[in-house]
Amino acid sequence: MRARMLIAAVVLVGTATASLIGQAPKPAGKPSIPRLTDGHPDLQGTYDLATLTPIERPANLPAVLTDDQAKKLEGNVATVLKITSAPTKADRSAPPVGGDGSTGAAGNVGGYNTFWLDPGSSYTIVNGQKRSSLIVDPPDGKVPPYTAAARARLAAARTQRTSDEAQRENDPGLGDPNSYSDPEVRTLSDRCLLGFGSTSGPPALPDYFYNNLHQIVQTKDSVMILTEMVHDARIVRMNATHLPASIRKWMGDSVGRWEGDTLVVDTTNFTDKTRFRGATENLHVVERFTRVDANNVLYRFTIEDPATWDRPWTGEYVWPITKEPMYEYACHENNYALEGILRGARFREAQDAAKKK
Amino acid sequence: MARRALSLGASVPLCVVIAVAAAVAGAVFTAAAIPVAGQSSATAPYRAPRAADGHPDLNGIWQALGEAHFDLEAHVARPALALRAGPFGPVPAAPVLALGAVASVPPGMGVVDGGGAIPYKPDALATRNENREHWIERDPEIKCYLPGVPRATYMPYPFQILQSNSALFIAYEYAGATRNILMKDPGPPPVSSWMGQSVGRWDGDTLVVDVTGMNDSTWFDRSGNFHSDAVHVVERYTRTAPDLISYQATIEDSNVFTKPWTIKMPLYRRLDANVQLLDFKCVEFVEELLYGKWRKTPLK
Repeated sequence: MRARMLIAAVVLVGTATASLIGQAPKPAGKPSIPRLTDGHPDLQGTYDLATLTPIERPANLPAVLTDDQAKKLEGNVATVLKITSAPTKADRSAPPVGGDGSTGAAGNVGGYNTFWLDPGSSYTIVNGQKRSSLIVDPPDGKVPPYTAAARARLAAARTQRTSDEAQRENDPGLGDPNSYSDPEVRTLSDRCLLGFGSTSGPPALPDYFYNNLHQIVQTKDSVMILTEMVHDARIVRMNATHLPASIRKWMGDSVGRWEGDTLVVDTTNFTDKTRFRGATENLHVVERFTRVDANNVLYRFTIEDPATWDRPWTGEYVWPITKEPMYEYACHENNYALEGILRGARFREAQDAAKKK
Repeated sequence: MARRALSLGASVPLCVVIAVAAAVAGAVFTAAAIPVAGQSSATAPYRAPRAADGHPDLNGIWQALGEAHFDLEAHVARPALALRAGPFGPVPAAPVLALGAVASVPPGMGVVDGGGAIPYKPDALATRNENREHWIERDPEIKCYLPGVPRATYMPYPFQILQSNSALFIAYEYAGATRNILMKDPGPPPVSSWMGQSVGRWDGDTLVVDVTGMNDSTWFDRSGNFHSDAVHVVERYTRTAPDLISYQATIEDSNVFTKPWTIKMPLYRRLDANVQLLDFKCVEFVEELLYGKWRKTPLK
């Protein structure tokens, strides 16, 4: 019931956005957005980043969806969710040896059904356009190809498994044997170090899974961005200089400034373990937050790491405000999965060894 | 250090000294006493600068200084948090032995208001003592679990208060713990959590935070002091000097204590020119402890 209400709310917000952004561009300083006493736009609130718009554009879709295309795709998702969120039979038997073939969050063993998930229900609407990808530059909506150096680096890393996010995307849960050897080779999300995908960011991306809420608190000299997933608070220091290169942070070091009505956040000093889509610790992210109306913030991000991509790339999507409360996501404290993953692998190895005897 | 001495142990005798001095030397000394003690009934209390919400500005990076995180109660120094019997008294237990003096417990006067012991019910006191004995297996801090309230406040790490026109938020360096202080009461929390639900209100110039909905898995310190999931904590934050918050927390839990009890301590602004919250994601640091035995090749 609540999930349905949430979806309805997102669709309504989406509709409102379309009508508002569809109007002629507004002159700067239009009083329809909330402002703080210092005159800057008030970006505060809780936002729901869930969207059906993927990071990269699917091959068969145009950059901008027609209303009919979007409606059809959103309807397809709703139909699938309706079926897959039905109550699981309490007396079902254990999944067969080797898994039951279920994909995604069900993890081949009938794990979460989609009742528990919140992958989004509508396409993001930017400037009145229903977008088929977050990426707007390059114009093909794709992450630029890796540089030769990055390909070599990532190939080498693949032989010695790491927490690399790009590898995670390719891991269907049945990776090579070494991917179960040590806690350090599991994903950052398995380890409860950062949220799934790049939900904490920067760039803060939808995770197409659950826990999509983000909260912004804006004081005189700081802007705090809280990520629901793994309760990561990123504190942006306004008009400050970056930390010395010796200080690295999981979410990088963020400093902010105002360019007119847009908050520009510049982030460097990432750790060498963050590895957003295979990037190095020299990743440089520039985010632009613009409150387009009382209920929506336009979020635009530009990614730069010459050691990984031969050109910068940019994406954008709208963050709709929500009244949904945010609850604690105590990931590590209840992380039975990481022990289960490693222990399961040791159990299987013991079984295999016993068979050989 | 001077500020600490003034605020913690020596404030009362200092007042006496100042009062005597004032009587001898005249009103000049009374005025001088205001920012130090703030206790003279004849003078106005410290008035903190205002934040965007019109209330005293709590923004900044703060930290407790003291021994509360080791043991809330008054205590003498101990050889270690994990002890075993030795031929002439307790000695550090094997798991912490190699740390030597680094693993020892510094002494403290305690932060329990009135100077007494925590008013445990008899069987709860037995549990506390057992917790202390089994500290190394039981203290949630060792596993980098979220600290709960009030423990988050006086752990030996800084925390940052973000207070805007419409929000109040606390980010703790330890374990990246966070609290959103709700200034509108949403009603009872629907689920329990490690950090609980915090509902704030202003009582004059004091921020009062009502914390409910905590689970029974957090502790108060490294000495086994604990609570149940019925715990109710009321915190009071009052700015009493430019770089000082007077903090107190009243703890009520009828499952564990015979009556409510209060802890009090100052919180200091971190004045280091370059201070800021850095990463202390200790989750990564405890992986060997929690999962090391499940490595394909456990470390020898």
